[in-house]
Amino acid sequence: MINEEAVFYSRVLTELTLSFHILYATIGVGVPIMIMIAQWVGIKKNDEHYILLARRWARGFVITVAVGVVTGTAIGLQLSLLWPNFMELAGNVIALPLFMETFAFFFEAIFLGIYLYTWDRFENQKKHLLLLVPVAIGASFSAVFITIVNAFMNAPQGFDIVDGQLVNINPIIAMFNPAMPTKVAHVVITAYMTAAFVLAAIAAFRLLKGSDHIYHKKALYLTMKLGLVFSIAAAIIGDFSGKYLAEYQPEKLAAAEWHFETKENAELVLLGILKDEDEVKYAIKVPFGLSLLAHNNPKAEVIGLDQFPVDERPPLYIHYLFNIMVLIGMWMVVLAGWFWLGIKRGWKSVQSRWFRWLIVLGGPLSFIAIEAGWWLAEVGRQPWILRHIMRVEEAATTSGHVDLMLILFCLLYLVLGIGSVVVLRRMFRKNPVERELEDRHAERGGDVR
Amino acid sequence: MNLEILGISVLWTFLFGYIMVGAIDFGAGFFNAYSLLTGKQRILTNVIQRYLSPVWEVTNVFLVFFFVGIIGFFPKTAFYYGTTLLVPVSFGIILLAVRGSYYAFETYGARGHKGYSFMYGLAGLLIPASLSIVLTISEGGFIEMVDGRPVLDYWVLFTSPLTWSIVVLSLSATLYISAVFLTWYANKAGDVEATGLLRKYALIWALPTIVTAGGIIFELRKHNPEHYENIQTFWPMFLISFILFIGTVYLLAKRKQYGWAFGLLGGQFAFAFFGYGASHYPYLLYPYLTLYDSFTNPAMATALIIAFILGLCLLIPSLILIMRLFLFNKDYVRGKSDHHA
Repeated sequence: MINEEAVFYSRVLTELTLSFHILYATIGVGVPIMIMIAQWVGIKKNDEHYILLARRWARGFVITVAVGVVTGTAIGLQLSLLWPNFMELAGNVIALPLFMETFAFFFEAIFLGIYLYTWDRFENQKKHLLLLVPVAIGASFSAVFITIVNAFMNAPQGFDIVDGQLVNINPIIAMFNPAMPTKVAHVVITAYMTAAFVLAAIAAFRLLKGSDHIYHKKALYLTMKLGLVFSIAAAIIGDFSGKYLAEYQPEKLAAAEWHFETKENAELVLLGILKDEDEVKYAIKVPFGLSLLAHNNPKAEVIGLDQFPVDERPPLYIHYLFNIMVLIGMWMVVLAGWFWLGIKRGWKSVQSRWFRWLIVLGGPLSFIAIEAGWWLAEVGRQPWILRHIMRVEEAATTSGHVDLMLILFCLLYLVLGIGSVVVLRRMFRKNPVERELEDRHAERGGDVR
Repeated sequence: MNLEILGISVLWTFLFGYIMVGAIDFGAGFFNAYSLLTGKQRILTNVIQRYLSPVWEVTNVFLVFFFVGIIGFFPKTAFYYGTTLLVPVSFGIILLAVRGSYYAFETYGARGHKGYSFMYGLAGLLIPASLSIVLTISEGGFIEMVDGRPVLDYWVLFTSPLTWSIVVLSLSATLYISAVFLTWYANKAGDVEATGLLRKYALIWALPTIVTAGGIIFELRKHNPEHYENIQTFWPMFLISFILFIGTVYLLAKRKQYGWAFGLLGGQFAFAFFGYGASHYPYLLYPYLTLYDSFTNPAMATALIIAFILGLCLLIPSLILIMRLFLFNKDYVRGKSDHHA
């Protein structure tokens, strides 16, 4: 018995919760690393600006962590509430990384609490830096473990099904599934990248809004440099992800690339719009591009959608998501590279207002890329919840109250979203860096460097 | 001891941990709001904020740990409880979300918003109520199987005296646990006024806690006779629990040894909670689901237990560290160094 309405609303509610959660979760994974680096640079250079940078980021970070934690709790419970049949089945195979994720989360929570409340307790800043190591490790590892669960849904393995029963279960093999390396690496590195560009956007925005303090310039340079490194890494891993798809999940790649027919020398379709069933218009076609992307060989054969029954094909609109993600990713590499070179060579352009506005824009763009990437990954494995094992509609709850819950959660996320933005703005508006620096000097009795 | 028992014991212990730290947290929010209403805020807020701030996130993890663990060890619970608990647990999540995030907003962002404090206090009381429904349902009688799918009968649930007794117990126990803990904490901080006030609250909430706890056992006689009989075989545990309760109240009344009073309270709830849990054996959901037919495969069970032991090696030292830095650090408790980020 399948409750069609419950299936639909369960999908919408899960998508809503995850889309909201990943905004905060991405910051939650990426920012601790940035705080750690700033603190470390501050100690190494003996420059209090970087230490203050770490402190101010940490303060804002707490607000985003709070929303990340509570929405994470929500999705954790919703998995069982909305997809009970999936969890019953998957729980047998994939519970291990789920369980380990809570340990990582626990570890992070404990040390974040300590870090935040011991600012002035340690004379030695190095000790304080040490507290950030478990925070950053915990944050990154919760992303690693939870992404392993998601990778399993894309490439389930580590068990056999005999007469509808799960046998020969091996939790370790389930964790180290083929989708895991690229997925985990891409998720973690793009979280770092996004965090770097969001923090860069803040620094650029302060510079644009009148403050000409050297503090913001240092922040901008540090974050853009890190952003450059992470975005290049993200692009390289993204390429590996494409190769993984060609090998293991060709229907996702074919749908994302509008590659309808299996053929050799396949061209890459960029942009464009889809008319009717399979007529692509206004697209830029790169000859041999897809074969190159998929197999590192311009002549290789790439499997097309024609190899899959119609009811097992993902929706074709994921092509747009793919383009958005890739274009933003590429653009951010260019922007960060341009900035870095510009600073080295003393180009005027990188100091100009319009360039800084581009950096400001980079923050929200990175978030859009994260969302688009996740939608691509998730919609791309439709109609499966466990690829080739369980379809989405078989997994959903049969409860008749999902629509009501959807409305309630919409309201919740609205309140949390507005609340976090208002609080963050107020927090930094009321206490600009100039004043905080002055206060600190006053505290130390005029110990100005 | 077999793996099933080991698994459920671990989970039950974490649930116990959540109930204790959660109760302190929820109760503190309520007392904070109540002190605002009665103009006693000056007395209580400092003590409450100082304890809560560094640990608010940790509290939440205990809950996550429990529900992730139960799906891991007993995947079939996802099918039965997941399908039926959509509404009550969703309400719980929403309340937790509003409360948790607005706690951070208030503490680190904008201080001193009154309306928010009331919401916060109220949400803290509703959370134990909405989550304790799970315990009620586990007693059986509220879920019917329709076409092989479990369906929750809300009418029966909300008209059952058992439901409401458990709700009342969760409320009064929350306030009782919290007040006893905060009395001890305020006393350590050397805050005479707060100690006096919280001690009064603790004594007020002691009576309803013990009365409803006893009452529930008698209601089970009618609702779930099998469980009632099992409870009787564990009577020594409940007796010890009651004696410890008397001990706590005695110490509070005599105004001495608040640390011991809280320790005895911990023991009281531990004995009652584990006695209740043991007497529930072997059912996870009476009468559909037992420990044994829902247990995961041996390979996963072993993996989870290894992960659990390794995890504890990481957690226990960290928890001890956070307690030494905050809970049991004299300077911190007394507010000598309160420079947070």
